[in-house]
Amino acid sequence: MTVDAAKLVRMAEQITANMAYTDDVELVAARVADHLNRFWDPRMRQAMAEAANGDADQLSPALQAAVRQLHGVGGGGVP
Amino acid sequence: MPDMNLYYRVGAERDLGTPAANGNPANGGADAAPTVNVEIDGRHIGVPEGTSVMRAAALAGASVPKLCATEDLDAFGSCRLCLVAIEGRKGYPASCTTLVEEGMVVHTQTPRLAELRRNVMELYISDHPLDCLTCAANGDCELQDMAGAVGLRTVRYGYDGAHHLDKPKDESALYFSFDPAKCIVCSRCVRACEEQQGTYALTISGRGFDSEVIASQNDAFIDSECVSCGACVKACPTATLIEKSVIEHGQPESAVITTCAYCGVGCSFRAETQGGQLVRMVPNRDGHANHGHACVKGRFAFGYATHRDRITTPLVRDSIDDEWRAVGWDEAIRTAAERLQGIQARHGRKSIGGVTSSRCTNEEVYVVQKFIRAAAGNNNVDTCARVCHSPTGYGLKTTLGESAGTQNFDSVLQSDVIVVIGANPTEAHPVFASAMKRRLRQGAGLIVVDPRAIDLVQSPHVRADHHLQLKPGTNVAVINALAHVVIEEGLEDEAYIRARCDMEAYRIWRAFISEARNSPEATEAATGVPAGQVRAAARLYAEAGNGAIYYGLGVTEHSQGSTMVMGIANLAMATGNLGRPGVGVNPLRGQNNVQGACDMGSFPHELTGYRHLSDQATRKLFEAEWRVALDPEPGYRIPNMFDAAIDGEFKGLYVQGEDFAQSDPDTQHIYAALSAMECVIVQDLFLNETAKFAHVFLPGCSFLEKDGTFTNAERRISPVRKVIAPLSGMDEWEITCRLATAMGYEMRYSHPSEIMDEIARLTPTFRGVSYAKLAELGSIQWPCRDEASAGTPLMHVDQFVRGKGYFAPTPYVPTDERANARYPLLLTTGRVLSQYNVGAQTRRTGAVAYHREDKLEIHPADAQLRGIVDGSWVGLKSRAGETVLRAQVTERVQPGVLYTTFHHPESGANVITTDNSDWATNCPEYKVTAVQAYPVSKPSEWQEMFRRFTAAQQQLSEQALGEAQPSFAPAKLQRDRQVAQA
Ligand code: SF4
Ligand code: SF4
Ligand code: SF4
Ligand code: FES
Repeated sequence: MTVDAAKLVRMAEQITANMAYTDDVELVAARVADHLNRFWDPRMRQAMAEAANGDADQLSPALQAAVRQLHGVGGGGVP
Repeated sequence: MPDMNLYYRVGAERDLGTPAANGNPANGGADAAPTVNVEIDGRHIGVPEGTSVMRAAALAGASVPKLCATEDLDAFGSCRLCLVAIEGRKGYPASCTTLVEEGMVVHTQTPRLAELRRNVMELYISDHPLDCLTCAANGDCELQDMAGAVGLRTVRYGYDGAHHLDKPKDESALYFSFDPAKCIVCSRCVRACEEQQGTYALTISGRGFDSEVIASQNDAFIDSECVSCGACVKACPTATLIEKSVIEHGQPESAVITTCAYCGVGCSFRAETQGGQLVRMVPNRDGHANHGHACVKGRFAFGYATHRDRITTPLVRDSIDDEWRAVGWDEAIRTAAERLQGIQARHGRKSIGGVTSSRCTNEEVYVVQKFIRAAAGNNNVDTCARVCHSPTGYGLKTTLGESAGTQNFDSVLQSDVIVVIGANPTEAHPVFASAMKRRLRQGAGLIVVDPRAIDLVQSPHVRADHHLQLKPGTNVAVINALAHVVIEEGLEDEAYIRARCDMEAYRIWRAFISEARNSPEATEAATGVPAGQVRAAARLYAEAGNGAIYYGLGVTEHSQGSTMVMGIANLAMATGNLGRPGVGVNPLRGQNNVQGACDMGSFPHELTGYRHLSDQATRKLFEAEWRVALDPEPGYRIPNMFDAAIDGEFKGLYVQGEDFAQSDPDTQHIYAALSAMECVIVQDLFLNETAKFAHVFLPGCSFLEKDGTFTNAERRISPVRKVIAPLSGMDEWEITCRLATAMGYEMRYSHPSEIMDEIARLTPTFRGVSYAKLAELGSIQWPCRDEASAGTPLMHVDQFVRGKGYFAPTPYVPTDERANARYPLLLTTGRVLSQYNVGAQTRRTGAVAYHREDKLEIHPADAQLRGIVDGSWVGLKSRAGETVLRAQVTERVQPGVLYTTFHHPESGANVITTDNSDWATNCPEYKVTAVQAYPVSKPSEWQEMFRRFTAAQQQLSEQALGEAQPSFAPAKLQRDRQVAQA
């Protein structure tokens, strides 16, 4: 993982923490994914997803689920 | 294009003598008051109840002589010049302090009145120097006018007796002089300082003949409490208090109405000129944001516009180690276009981007984002609002449905309790602060939420009921605790919530906020605010009637900035404090056009009017107007651009009037990013810090050289009009258009009014906004939802823009930036009244005398522990970097907290701020940095490097600037030519 990808993952975890007002992981994941799809440049989503997938066990469960719902990222979601 | 003669027309400023009935236009009561019919000198007129006879007479066209009265101040009745005769009444009452009554018959001119008035004038003149011909106020002196009006021809008393003519002048104030020999003791200055400004720096000391005006405890102005707002100068009817610029240049001969380019209050001014030279800026009485008041910056600090550091010729160079070369506009535009296209050819369409400026006009901002999206073909466009109010956009859009403040400024005059969170209005938004203080003096409650004891906590006749002095970084915990109390104690407005809000979201939020972890008792340890105080403040806000919240960068510039904005909106919705006068949620915007820059589609994910790029209908609208295909995916934000630059995939940047290298956090990271780019184009007034890393410099225009509009913090679109011609010979919007055209995408307008017409066509909240309408109405508050709309002072009146208000759960997530053993103190930042942000403008005016360096405020306990004494050098170290500042030991800050300003680049305040940012918007966390402090004897390594680098860059520009010395010969604006061309 490059330094910048690590920073992107950190930012994504920060978003997840701020969405996590409930224990419903799926709900949180959906909101995180929606946020990333709306506000992040696709290149950042891609780089973050790659880094995250390479290091999946380090991620919060909600972010793991969110990564699968990102647009334009290999391995899932709406293109 | 509007009729330019009409657009520039300026009416004479009329003074009706006393304020409108009910004191202030905001009260709206004036319209509601019953009409009273009177007869004045044979003319019949109906005026609102509570109007003075003087005002009614002026409205009827009969002007009564006056000296101590002016429309800006409450009537005082001391000069006895305004006497009138009223049928059926004995004696001669003063018309300024007498109110109209139904059927009153008034005579303003009778032989007896003329004699009485002449006697009064004779007394005044007998103690006044008769040097009218050489007096600086000659032609603009009410005493002179009144002597003429009452027909004074002889003065029976000589100067032999006691008089005041030998009193020395006080020239100590920077921008105005005080000549007590000319004072007639009308007390207008004293009342202006109290009523308009709220500073109470002046008093009349002594009685009768001995009375005189003194500043503070008979101090020189510069040493007094005076904050140089200039209200007293405007109020003074004589030459006693007068602008030094008028003494120097003489009386102005023409005027243009324009808008201040400093802060988000957006004060309207008459820019008064003589022979093409700006002589003075006088606050416009018809200005809807400021009602004739101003602060030191807008009123006096305009010297930067003609400062010798201004660059007026385009410059280019190949690398930042090369000397700058002065070139013509054609070559500069060609070079910039070729380099950007070259980068795109080598590194792809998305390898370049642009940044719009909150200091520029709406029209200039609009063309830059259009340039990036349409000519460069990507969405890598952002604005400097990223680093200040982007969380406001996100938070208010999510909860209420519109990314803007809910009220007009005047609304504060109907508030019963005012909550100020993370804002310092007396320093940063002074004219609004004056309005707020007026309301506080009338008895409104005040709650201040701030780590620091800002002036509002205790100042003349103002005292906060509660100061919640929280630890930096715990805003969300405090706002949650306040909301928790509202719900727990049943203070919510249930009917309001049921009628207006999304009940499912409310149910979820209510459950969340009621959790024990959000109670004041549970959060006390983290916030440092006693639970009892939080409970008392919550009750005051919820129960006082009209509760209004005003907030600033102390809310947004945190890792939870967006959460905090939503927390504020939740609290206001829960207590029913949205949708009527006196309430609301109001961001105080830093720069003049932050609101406008955001409105204009500067963010990478949205088009004008906050419409997301993924919305196909909106995209189609723009694609049809612009004749290009738009990318539906968001581009990079500013911090992402820098990260990508360091990564090597982002290579070219067009920067409109923004100085990252000083204003953005983690300076060393920014330096690295800027150095990594192949082409940095800076468009600015000065070779600023960022320009040291630039390859092309395009000289911009000061606001005095522009036609356009600014939008202030209350969504008010106000006209900016040319006072002088562009020193660089090119309008800023035109630079961008020519750059786009050179890159193969044609952008042509003949005047900025056409750009506004395009914006209005494409933006549903700007329907019908045009320069003709602005000229007619003076200013317009968006939204304008149809062609006929005259604007919307209050938002969310019948329902929220979103439809149903949305309660967003706001969990408190502490920042990573926490005090620890290595960095045990928390640094927070702010600004001072006399300086403006990075200071690029204000440091180039006389105002620099007020604030020569940035200081580090430190609590005595922390200072003593470290052997730091007042005035000594302090080293400051964070995980990002190290700098050195001079210490100011003070109890304004709490133990464990440090505070500094960031107006001077060599201070390096941002060398120590980190890359932490708001989770939703990446707005940097300026307000919290964990640091260590220690005594040192020399500047930091970074500061040494900064000095060397600055000196080297200076050398590289010397030759080019020597060749192209800017000329500040007054360039008289050829309006006729413009009109003819139109
Ligand atoms: S200084 Fe001017 S405004 Fe003040 S009392 Fe004297 S004449 Fe009046
Ligand atoms: S300049 Fe403003 S603050 Fe200073 S004395 Fe005059 S009114 Fe008061
Ligand atoms: S309050 Fe703001 S807008 Fe008004 S004069 Fe001062 S700086 Fe300018
Ligand atoms: S103007 Fe009325 S008493 Fe002075």
